[in-house]
Amino acid sequence: MATAAALDFEKPIAELEQRIDDLKRLAGDASYGVALEIEPLEKRLTELRREIYKQLTPLQRVEVARFKLRPFTQDYLDRIFTDFIELHGDRAFREDAAIVGGWARLEGETVMVIGHQRGRDTKDNLKRNFAMPHPEGYRKALRLMKLAEKFHVPVLTFIDTPGAWPGLGAEERGQSEAIARNIFEMSQLGVPIIATVIGEGGSGGALALGVADRVLMLENAVYSVISVEGCAAILWKDNKSIESKERAAKALRITAPDLVELRVIDEIVPEPEGGAHTNHDLAAATLKSTLIRLLDDLRGLRPEKLVRRRREKFLRMGQYIG
Amino acid sequence: MAWFRKERKPRQPRREKLEIPRDTWVKCEACGHTDIRDSFERNLNVCPNCDYHRRVRASDYLSILLDEDTIDETETELRSTDPLNFPDYPARLKKSITNAGDQDAVITATGRLAGMPLNVGAMDFAFMGGSMGSVVGEKLSRLGQHSLEKKFPLVIISASGGARMQEGVLSLMQMAKVSAMLSMLAERRIPYISVLTNPTTGGVSASYAMLGDAIIAEPGAVIGFAGPRVIKSTIGQDLPDGFQTAEFLLEHGMLDAVVHRHELKATVGRLLRHMTGKPAATGWSAA
Repeated sequence: MATAAALDFEKPIAELEQRIDDLKRLAGDASYGVALEIEPLEKRLTELRREIYKQLTPLQRVEVARFKLRPFTQDYLDRIFTDFIELHGDRAFREDAAIVGGWARLEGETVMVIGHQRGRDTKDNLKRNFAMPHPEGYRKALRLMKLAEKFHVPVLTFIDTPGAWPGLGAEERGQSEAIARNIFEMSQLGVPIIATVIGEGGSGGALALGVADRVLMLENAVYSVISVEGCAAILWKDNKSIESKERAAKALRITAPDLVELRVIDEIVPEPEGGAHTNHDLAAATLKSTLIRLLDDLRGLRPEKLVRRRREKFLRMGQYIG
Repeated sequence: MAWFRKERKPRQPRREKLEIPRDTWVKCEACGHTDIRDSFERNLNVCPNCDYHRRVRASDYLSILLDEDTIDETETELRSTDPLNFPDYPARLKKSITNAGDQDAVITATGRLAGMPLNVGAMDFAFMGGSMGSVVGEKLSRLGQHSLEKKFPLVIISASGGARMQEGVLSLMQMAKVSAMLSMLAERRIPYISVLTNPTTGGVSASYAMLGDAIIAEPGAVIGFAGPRVIKSTIGQDLPDGFQTAEFLLEHGMLDAVVHRHELKATVGRLLRHMTGKPAATGWSAA
């Protein structure tokens, strides 16, 4: 299946996909003739995907992480969980659709799922505010986490945001406080928490859902203290050119393997060959089995032990001399 | 026009020019009031004319808050490293150490406030904009551990542009680290007071700065999550007057009080006495 849109560096893949599609269409019902022709092409396609994705640059990873065809929180919700019932609102100001959350079942067991939600088209993005939450989004998330704690239910978060919204209303209503409060409360929540960076992990806006017993990243996700554009603008006064963004992406060490090395995340969840966007079902299946396995490890732990270990995990982070 | 033609000889100075050191005079950044350095300093670097709170160093806050000769600096051996091999970071660190001192962007100390034992962390904007990297996180976290062990109240004075970009995601994690420490203090009911000074933004404001049992700020301090320039470019219009100042935050319910630097020590002392069940201070010890 040819994708309607492809990332720049995926052009060779898209072209090959197009050729295979054309051949199939030409053959119509008489597919017996072209099967022999198509087979080597499809093999070549798999190889091409592997080759290109094996040597992605950090900036290309950022593009994959932000790609509009990549699975978003709702796509994982549909594929990993059953019986999802969305809960809305922070009970103080309003509903913020940049974060979705609610009860769901993982293999029949109730969990609380909370995640940033991107939009796929302009209309959807306006509703979701490009997955950049206001304080009320974070406060809704916190409300749901406390609800989960009340009923002894694990919390699974999906991180996928460029960052918290920098706007007038957000500042007036305490964006800083909302993020700070979530980070604080997550470090004492008495139920298991697993956080997965599924796309872009943008700074404090990501961390507000990211203080967890296990922190995972999808293979092509990124997690950073500042956007590559922001960093490039500060360092080289140039947030437009590919070269400058590429340098920033490299310098910031934002890819999943980087974060394993820096001991910030626990595990990398592999993506289908050619990125999660090529096969939502497979990406979700892999993530699902990982979540089930990790949750099994955490379920037996007493709340005090869980909290103590979670705090110790974050208290260890950082590198210094002395 | 004859009277314009008269040539004047430059007048000879009547006496020798006095040698005045270059930094004797200080000009207020806000109102332009000029006064001798000493009168600014005696006024804790608050402008005697307009009350503008000038930026002071971390060590100044320690002397403002703590009793004389009780200040015992802790964790002085911690130094920043360059975990990411970030462009120019070692050079910038070196420059900051030369210009601002080797304590990095926070000084931590144990001392006494009107006799009451206390742990204080004071951030230093002069050191890379008060940016929070691994050393800031570790110093504050160790200070908190000490508070836990000794049951000493904790005060953190923030002055920071946010997380230190040069240490990447490790800086981001310091937000979680210090907050985890604060949650342990909260569990043991050890008071934590957060003092916000100009500026307190980004990752610092979105973590420990906003988590105090009391949050107080100096007048006029800029406090916010996103910087004014970022917001301006997002919304494409000018920001209202006084946006993101301490007074603005007080009005929007984000602070307990805006406190004049002259009143800082007394206010912190009174708050801590309430929260630790001590009677009100009397006489001279009220600071």
